[in-house]
Amino acid sequence: MTVPLAEVGFAEATWIMVVKSVVIFLGVFIIVPVLTLAERKLIGRFQNRYGPNRAGPVGLLQPLADILKLAGKEMFRPAAAVPLLFAIAPALVIFSGIVTLAIIPFGNVKDGVGFYGIDVSIGVLYFFAFSSLSFYGLLLAGWSSGSKYSFLGAMRSAAQLISYEVSMGLALLGGVMMAGSLSLVSIVEAQDEIWYIVPQIVGFLVFMIAGFAETNRAPFDLPEADSELVQGYMTEYGGMRFGSYLLAEYLEMFVVSAIAATFFLGGWMGPGPGWLDPVWMVVKVLALIFFFIWVRATLPRLRYDQLMSLGWKVMLPLATLNVLVTAVLVTVL
Amino acid sequence: MEARLNTDKTDWEQFPYLDSADVISVQRGPEPGGAGGAYRAFGATLKGLRTTFARIIEGPVTIQYPEEKTPVYPRFRGRHKLHRFEDTGLEKCVGCSLCAAACPADCIRVVAQENDPANRVSAGERYAEVYEINLSRCIFCGYCEVACPFDAITMGHDYELSDYNRSDLIFTKEMLLAEPIDRTPLRREGE
Repeated sequence: MTVPLAEVGFAEATWIMVVKSVVIFLGVFIIVPVLTLAERKLIGRFQNRYGPNRAGPVGLLQPLADILKLAGKEMFRPAAAVPLLFAIAPALVIFSGIVTLAIIPFGNVKDGVGFYGIDVSIGVLYFFAFSSLSFYGLLLAGWSSGSKYSFLGAMRSAAQLISYEVSMGLALLGGVMMAGSLSLVSIVEAQDEIWYIVPQIVGFLVFMIAGFAETNRAPFDLPEADSELVQGYMTEYGGMRFGSYLLAEYLEMFVVSAIAATFFLGGWMGPGPGWLDPVWMVVKVLALIFFFIWVRATLPRLRYDQLMSLGWKVMLPLATLNVLVTAVLVTVL
Repeated sequence: MEARLNTDKTDWEQFPYLDSADVISVQRGPEPGGAGGAYRAFGATLKGLRTTFARIIEGPVTIQYPEEKTPVYPRFRGRHKLHRFEDTGLEKCVGCSLCAAACPADCIRVVAQENDPANRVSAGERYAEVYEINLSRCIFCGYCEVACPFDAITMGHDYELSDYNRSDLIFTKEMLLAEPIDRTPLRREGE
């Protein structure tokens, strides 16, 4: 048995790992186009209309049509752009999204196979490391485009990163302290008796709100505010490079929902036989994604200073208080 | 000035010339920010979420246009129709050209002809040998309908009149007499 580089809770043979990673990768890449359609359909329903229903039966082929259209377009690069960084930025965003999928547990070890990419002992830190890395993609995109709109969008996403990354980490810290582990598998197992959404409701709310900011989704879609910044950091992108930003947005939404489900909704836990575990996990993730879409259909975009004051004056104190109270309770009880 | 609310922060001593009857006190909302602001924002967000979710329950109200058509009111002024008498099948139009005279867009052309008693086209002395409406000029005002002494021309309910060619929009008598291929749905009572 090959021992991976990091300290892990459980490791299989290399070929099983390869098969697992392919399955997770393909599974999520099948879900993402469906999510784009589901979002447009749901937003339609939220606005008393049908949403796309022309391409294929009830609009099911719409994602295919979108992808084909994007793939057929020119990948334009402005003359003022920095060619290498301009090309690397979208790849970086997608990379950081996909890599995070590795640690999301869809079930426990069954028949010698763990239902997750890898159970690293530093699970949460891994998630934060790579979700912060995706911001480099946005920043590089904005800076290397050589356009003022892109640059403004990138500046905003940098400000958003600073404001929300801290409270996001603090929001998860409560769960980490209760479980006594950073490994996502152990955290799910620790929720055997009660899901952490009950004792950690404040943490859950702070995490979700910070998650909206993290994924640049409404009401925190300032970096790509179309009414003022055209498309923010991706203004100058075209073709599949632009498409990869869209893909990354949904991927990150999936990842953040999966982390929230793992931390607060008991991950794969649910009634029924053991083979239902991955199904429960996906159901919980999809429910959270529905919440993402619901919020997008409801709230208007925040102003720049409102975003900042919410992040620093409300979210951070709340998350810190939550951590303090949890720390005291965990020690006392 | 007693009726003023405590939330009103205007310093009324600055305006001694204002008559108290003219002063309209403004009730302002609570100041933004702070813990109270966050609490209110949270409540408002929940209210908003409920509002949007109620839209899902209501269901879509859009009309799937090419398959479903917007129903029109009975008095909707669409494409014109020429009429025949139901019993005899003779045309109601007698070629008097009053519609052409009334038309503000000057889009109706009528050429009258004496009826042959052996082979009558209309019930009157004369009939319209040519009756053309140029629908690319028509403004659908309905004056022709009002002007007609025999109710021979009325405004129908068809509104899908686009075509690829301007000359195809000149509707001849045969086209105006014929029933439209697709019937436009009529709005029902209360719809």
